[in-house]
Amino acid sequence: MHTIFSIKPLIAVLISMLVTPVLVSSKNANIREGWTFTAAALKFAVVLSMLPAVLDHTVLECTLIEVMPGLAIKFRVDPMAMLFALVSSFLWIVTSAYSIGYMRGLDEHSQTRYFCFFALSLSATIGVAFAANLLTLYLFYELLSFATYPLVTHHQDKEARSSGRKYLFYIVGSSIGLALPAMLVTYHLTGTLEFSGQGFMAGAASKSTLAVLLFMFVFGFAKAGIMPFHSWLPAAMVAPTPVSALLHAVAVVKVGVFCILRVVTGVFGVQHLNVIGLGTPLAVVAAVTVITASLIALSQDGLKRRLAFSTIGQLSYIVLGAALLSPKGLIGSMVHIAMHAFGKITLFFCAGAIFVATGVKNISDMVGIGKRMPVTMTVFLIGALSVIGLPPCGGLISKWNLVLGTLEADQFPLLIVLLVSSILNAAYFLPIVYRAFFCTEEESQFENQVKEAPRWCLVPPVITACLSVVLFFYPQPFFNLARMAVRSMGFDV
Amino acid sequence: MPLIAAFVATIAGWVNKKYCFAVAALGLTGALTSSVGLLSYVLTHGPVQYRLGGWAPPFGIAYQIDPLNALILVVIAAVALLNLLGTQRSVALEFSEKIGAFYTLYLLFVVGMLGIVSTGDAFNLFVLLEIASITGYALIGMGRDRAPLATLNYIFMGTIGASFYLLGVGYLYLITGSLNMADIAAILPQIYASKVVLFAFIFCMAGLFMKMAFFPVHGWLPNAYAYAPSAAAGLIAPLTTKVMVYAMVRIALFVFKPEFTFEQMGIGEPLVWAAVAAIVMGSLLALAQRQLKKMLAYVIVAEVGYMVGGFWLGNRAGISGAVLHIVNDAAMTLVVFMAAGNLFYRLKGDSFGALKGVFREMPVSMAAFVVGALSIIGVPPTCGFFSKWYLISGAIEAGHYGFVAALLFSSLVNAVLFFRIIEIGYFEPFTHANHHGHHQPPVRRFREVPMSMLVPLLVAAGSLILLGVFSGDLVTKVIHLALPGQIT
Repeated sequence: MHTIFSIKPLIAVLISMLVTPVLVSSKNANIREGWTFTAAALKFAVVLSMLPAVLDHTVLECTLIEVMPGLAIKFRVDPMAMLFALVSSFLWIVTSAYSIGYMRGLDEHSQTRYFCFFALSLSATIGVAFAANLLTLYLFYELLSFATYPLVTHHQDKEARSSGRKYLFYIVGSSIGLALPAMLVTYHLTGTLEFSGQGFMAGAASKSTLAVLLFMFVFGFAKAGIMPFHSWLPAAMVAPTPVSALLHAVAVVKVGVFCILRVVTGVFGVQHLNVIGLGTPLAVVAAVTVITASLIALSQDGLKRRLAFSTIGQLSYIVLGAALLSPKGLIGSMVHIAMHAFGKITLFFCAGAIFVATGVKNISDMVGIGKRMPVTMTVFLIGALSVIGLPPCGGLISKWNLVLGTLEADQFPLLIVLLVSSILNAAYFLPIVYRAFFCTEEESQFENQVKEAPRWCLVPPVITACLSVVLFFYPQPFFNLARMAVRSMGFDV
Repeated sequence: MPLIAAFVATIAGWVNKKYCFAVAALGLTGALTSSVGLLSYVLTHGPVQYRLGGWAPPFGIAYQIDPLNALILVVIAAVALLNLLGTQRSVALEFSEKIGAFYTLYLLFVVGMLGIVSTGDAFNLFVLLEIASITGYALIGMGRDRAPLATLNYIFMGTIGASFYLLGVGYLYLITGSLNMADIAAILPQIYASKVVLFAFIFCMAGLFMKMAFFPVHGWLPNAYAYAPSAAAGLIAPLTTKVMVYAMVRIALFVFKPEFTFEQMGIGEPLVWAAVAAIVMGSLLALAQRQLKKMLAYVIVAEVGYMVGGFWLGNRAGISGAVLHIVNDAAMTLVVFMAAGNLFYRLKGDSFGALKGVFREMPVSMAAFVVGALSIIGVPPTCGFFSKWYLISGAIEAGHYGFVAALLFSSLVNAVLFFRIIEIGYFEPFTHANHHGHHQPPVRRFREVPMSMLVPLLVAAGSLILLGVFSGDLVTKVIHLALPGQIT
């Protein structure tokens, strides 16, 4: 493992930020969208171009400027960062296509603003992925909070306003109130904030102090949606669906869990947490969220709200996997970032496609919709299978590893939690698909005529669904990255 | 000396009323260039001294420039210049008849401020303080509706504050026989036990606290700033309180020695608690306001608490944070007040109701306002985050968790404050969904202020980010150089 200087991480972060002035000044919508695609493709290309080096055990680093003595704004591309950046920069391309279909299909206002802040959010996401220390991480985390606010409140009506309030209240409130002081105390105790494979907190403070700090971080990064800091996510569903899809199934929420993963692995250190026994309490908190969120999801009629609660549950899988502090658990947890992203974004795309085509938002109004939109609902099924963790979808791979992780860590109760949750996942997704296809003529609420959403809304979910399936057979790219990351933490896998 | 350039400009402005804007701009540009030059000179060659009239101290008046006040000089000149450029039109609008008088006062005020920072003479500081204050009263008095009353209030409080300070200086003179700061500093240590020294210290500090509007003696500030003309508010609000904080730093560290200030006096702890009160009360009172400028004024009250509290923590991180915050807070106050001035110029009012839909009308001004707001909330990479970082680490080092809590509390309240404005500007009047759920934006015309008002504002907003990014250099290469070595 050796380190080289590279400016690529910086470019990857900046591309989408720099494209915003171009977007604002574009003369017409087609040119503007052209630029969005160019930026998205370039960003993905830059991220991809770093992959061979990372797979070759090289760490790319780029120090921008030392803002405080011993504390710099610094990027570092390690396997874990790579995994997350690959997922989010790729899905941005797909979502951009989908955004065009959705926003034009609904004739939404202020599309320029929408695309600009979308690009800005992606910059922040990649910034979090490549952050080399807590300070840089925090910087982009906050940038993401504020950049997504205009997206969440896009409709600018009363509902958007109260949801926007809730969104910022939870996310900014917790990050300033909990994560920031935790970071300061950490710096005060150790004199550094730089992530390292073994963490840097060993011996810095008493066990109880460390416990308090760990939970300040875990709850402070409220984007991870750990209960009781989760209720911003269902509220944020007032956003246009592409926003919910990319940001609230992939970028924003995954940034939250990614931050927690970084804190667990890079700040505290897996081995050290094992020694002081803080893994189990964290796992319990996550397990409670997994089960509770799944139960709440069962009772939601709004499709997007059900998806949101499902996301809350799935995010806690990732936290739970990390909290197991075992190699398999960690691998499962990281791979789940990717697998869940592909599955859940498919589901959101479908929800949006249904809304664009029919204007329907509630599950109770979707009886028989499979006859009207067969492709969309088939794709929905695939996404659902992936999130539940059934073959032939990628979700199985990550859940399998998580289950192995619980066995490795001798946490039998947590194994049961995972299995029960999977059953609950099936219980809240499969009836939707079933009712969509199998119903009597009288029950059906749609005419028996195929009329799908516009092509721009249809192709993206098909792509992501196909990839979900592909990832079942060929999960190696993400798997290898996760394995390398776990190896750098001192495990032998 | 920047001072002389400003004086020349003042006199010229007096004579040629028509050209007074140009002359003022020229004068301040001169002041800015020379203070930047001074800063780089001081950084490479060490402190310089200028003897007015060639009289050697301690008898003559000396101007003493070290890295610290050179930095503040740059800030003052830059703020004054940017605000001058950005408010040309609103000045022309608000005082068509009195332009000459306005610019004269404006420049004199800047002269006073520059002088306070650079003087090395305790009595001269008082004189310049009065120059700045009197011109300040006049500038604020030129404002709208309740401005005269607010000014009167300010005059009372300001005069009492100045008198306290004068009393303190008088005591110092009585016991040391000198007015030169360095001279006093050399004589004082032998007589620290004296009651007279004690009272001199207390009077000086009390006077400065009143002048900087340190809670609970902040009463004059909110109305004065809220009713002042935009162009004056954009000058006075960023500078007055900050320069007073600097004066406090100067007196407490360089006239009295840190050992005396922090150890012998034993008032650090209670003062930090007073700062906690200032922060909490300032934030809460700001929350109760329904007018933009008044809200901003209460935010300043809280910010003064940041700086005073940070300073009296008495450790290196805290004092660095306080000094850095002088610079940062001047910049961010400038941005929000200039943005508020732009809004006022177009909307003719600054009650929250007038701000509905303002994002669509004036997106650029509001963007700058948002940057200022983020900085005041303390979001990286804007500068507000970094000074808050130093302040909080200073507080953690000193084990003063009350101050940590107050700073975090104030960040949260600031977030609420500014997002309330942003919500009003962004959401109202509400859009109405048509039958198919399509949302149409509220119909509002785009009517941004002219370029001449925007560019300085954007420069100021950009400086918030630059100050943030380069705050590491600022602290290690400038501020730490100037702090006395015994502060750790």
